[in-house]
Amino acid sequence: MDFNQDYFALFGLPRRQALDELALEGHYRDIQARVHPDKHAHLADVDRRLAMQWASRVNEAYLVLKSPLKRAEYLLRLLGHDPQIEHNTAMPPDFLMRQMELREAVAEARQGGDADALDHMHRQMAKEMKAQHEALAATLDQRNDHARGAELVRQLMFQEKLLHEIDNALETIEA
Amino acid sequence: MALLQITEPGESTAPHEHRLAVGIDLGTTNSLVATVRSGQAVVLSDEMGRSLLPSVVRYGNDGHVDVGFEAQARQSLDPRNTIVSVKRFMGRGRRDIAHVESMPYDFVDAEGMVKLRTAQGVKSPVEVSADILGNLRVRAEASLGGALTGAVITVPAYFDDAQRQATKDAARLAGLNVLRLLNEPTAAAIAYGLDNGAEGIYAVYDLGGGTFDISILKLAKGIFQVLATGGDSALGGDDFDHRVFCWIIEAAKLSPVSPHDARLLQTRAREAKEYLTVHGEAPISARLASGEFVDVKLTSEIFTEITKTLVQKTLGPTRKALRDAGLSAEDVKGVVMVGGATRMPQVQKAVGEYFGREPLNNLDPDKVVALGAAIQANLLAGNRAAGDDWLLLDVIPLSLGIETMGGLTEKIIPRNSTIPVARAQDFTTFKDGQTAMALHVVQGERELVSDCRSLARFELRGIPPMVAGAARIRVTFQVDADGLLSATAREQTTGHEARIEVKPSYGLTDDEVAAMLKDGFSHATDDAFRRALREAQVEAQRLIEAVQSALKDDAHLLSILERAHVDACIAKLQAVMMGDDRRAIDAAMDALNKGTGEFAARRMNQSVQRALSGKKIEELES
Repeated sequence: MDFNQDYFALFGLPRRQALDELALEGHYRDIQARVHPDKHAHLADVDRRLAMQWASRVNEAYLVLKSPLKRAEYLLRLLGHDPQIEHNTAMPPDFLMRQMELREAVAEARQGGDADALDHMHRQMAKEMKAQHEALAATLDQRNDHARGAELVRQLMFQEKLLHEIDNALETIEA
Repeated sequence: MALLQITEPGESTAPHEHRLAVGIDLGTTNSLVATVRSGQAVVLSDEMGRSLLPSVVRYGNDGHVDVGFEAQARQSLDPRNTIVSVKRFMGRGRRDIAHVESMPYDFVDAEGMVKLRTAQGVKSPVEVSADILGNLRVRAEASLGGALTGAVITVPAYFDDAQRQATKDAARLAGLNVLRLLNEPTAAAIAYGLDNGAEGIYAVYDLGGGTFDISILKLAKGIFQVLATGGDSALGGDDFDHRVFCWIIEAAKLSPVSPHDARLLQTRAREAKEYLTVHGEAPISARLASGEFVDVKLTSEIFTEITKTLVQKTLGPTRKALRDAGLSAEDVKGVVMVGGATRMPQVQKAVGEYFGREPLNNLDPDKVVALGAAIQANLLAGNRAAGDDWLLLDVIPLSLGIETMGGLTEKIIPRNSTIPVARAQDFTTFKDGQTAMALHVVQGERELVSDCRSLARFELRGIPPMVAGAARIRVTFQVDADGLLSATAREQTTGHEARIEVKPSYGLTDDEVAAMLKDGFSHATDDAFRRALREAQVEAQRLIEAVQSALKDDAHLLSILERAHVDACIAKLQAVMMGDDRRAIDAAMDALNKGTGEFAARRMNQSVQRALSGKKIEELES
């Protein structure tokens, strides 16, 4: 197994943020259909072990490329730009303000047991994130602006966390 | 339908080499064994034509072990020694088990997993399950006329690592070669999907005797992809029985009952539940050993009312699984109902209302899991026929993580990750000069370690002394296709490594399994020896066939020298395999395995390249 091969190359895809999802899906399935342990279960130990390693790597690569956030983070690193996810917390004030408002709204809905409000927020958040995904692709692929791309990645991470919080709140209410 | 079979390269062509493989549904209430015969999945019956084997084992005073109907018939006479629903105890401690107080057993609280004191000594749930599996193995071998190559054993999708490991141990103890642990709802989806040519998003709602699973799958182009799974590994038909049992006690105004009477009333409760599937009310009568006489009537209204919260409890995980899959109820094209407990009308109604569509009931909910497992077993054993190029992609049900400072969980692999999966994370030391690190592996969704299930503890020693926070300890989790975890920790600067196969705390080591196997055969040591030898010979033959077939297709990937080495390894194995030196066979197999490692790696690379070049398998190999 060639561990130096990057995930884009593994799936025969161009190194870009904009992604042909159908091609990713198709290549994932084609490769998995060959490397998956179930296809090697009747073979020798060494084949089975190799199959597990291959299938694990293919699953990981698929997961990273499928998620716009993980893909952008991965792509930036490949391009030699550390997105500084853990350390850099500088955000535009209006973005932070909006996040804080939303966070309060989630807490309120959670306390009030308002599943409908949370459901609405989930949809709203999903929409905002979709716009963010498009901006990210334009920034990285067309403008080659890595610094701005990293900024968008960090914002997107905030948004994903918030979405997760909304879902957790829904879970708590429904339990 | 008589289709001509065409095998793939790498698999045997001779018809007499059909490998005997079975699927086993090891259920809470009943167990089944199925196989694929002439291209059809069929459930194997016992000599009396019965397909279900009650999951009941009785350890009699006379040293006799009854399994199935014989044990069931004596359960109210000998409740303490007759173990029912043992699946609920697999990989579970005493405090994890619901209604433990109304059970007639003499529990021994061992570390990690409870044990039961019987007339034949203390038995672990693993041993009890092995007795059930052993019975099915004997049934299958008698029916198929030969030793089994292997078996696929089904487990609830929501089973955690400890429960899975316990199941695998039980199968090994029963003398079965485990080809795969397969999630029950996934098994059902295979049987349903292949039978109906289904495509799209499907939900499998599986309410068994003691466990509930919900799985959301995407079926497309021969791939069964589990998107999310959820459930409750302690919720099932048994709980409905228990509600009825409690209701009877209240309705008949009974004082606390003896274990014997309790078992009798539990049986009556189950019968009443089953009767209500097709009737509006169920008469319940029983004469107790205490002299009291029970005569009450349970209507379906009351039954629905007293079990309402149980039905509701299944909908929470259902919502969660849909959300994890990023879908809503409208996206689901069909809901496949599995497990005997889904026969209850109130369950059908609630599921129908939630999904806004009639559930699919065109499969026998008792058999579909075993049939799906048999289809998978047939494939994994290498009996691949034309049209069998489907693939299954499953997930782990619960997140896996490591305990960090302050008793918090750091998740390394999140729930619903497609398996197999490997993930690494770096940790560091807390104190200056720290040379060892205790790693605690946990499974569950909660933030606090104390709310998750503890899977294993291991230590990495020999870390070079450094200032706090300077060491880089990389912890790698690998979950295999059975959903079982192994973990390694490695200090990055020195390469010092600690490795562990995650064995749940009650830990059955390979040696212990071997010892137990030997005990089981203590009256027939020769049998045990011959059996082990025969297994090694079969395994050696399989290995040689696999390598020869690979050489036939891909010999060009080896240099002349490499080829000579592989041939020498084969010759060596052939020379020893018909003798009776088990160790020599094992050693020669090991050598051949090692000698073909690089070859296997090159073949896999070539295969992936072919997948990418867009060519279809048939084109390449014609």
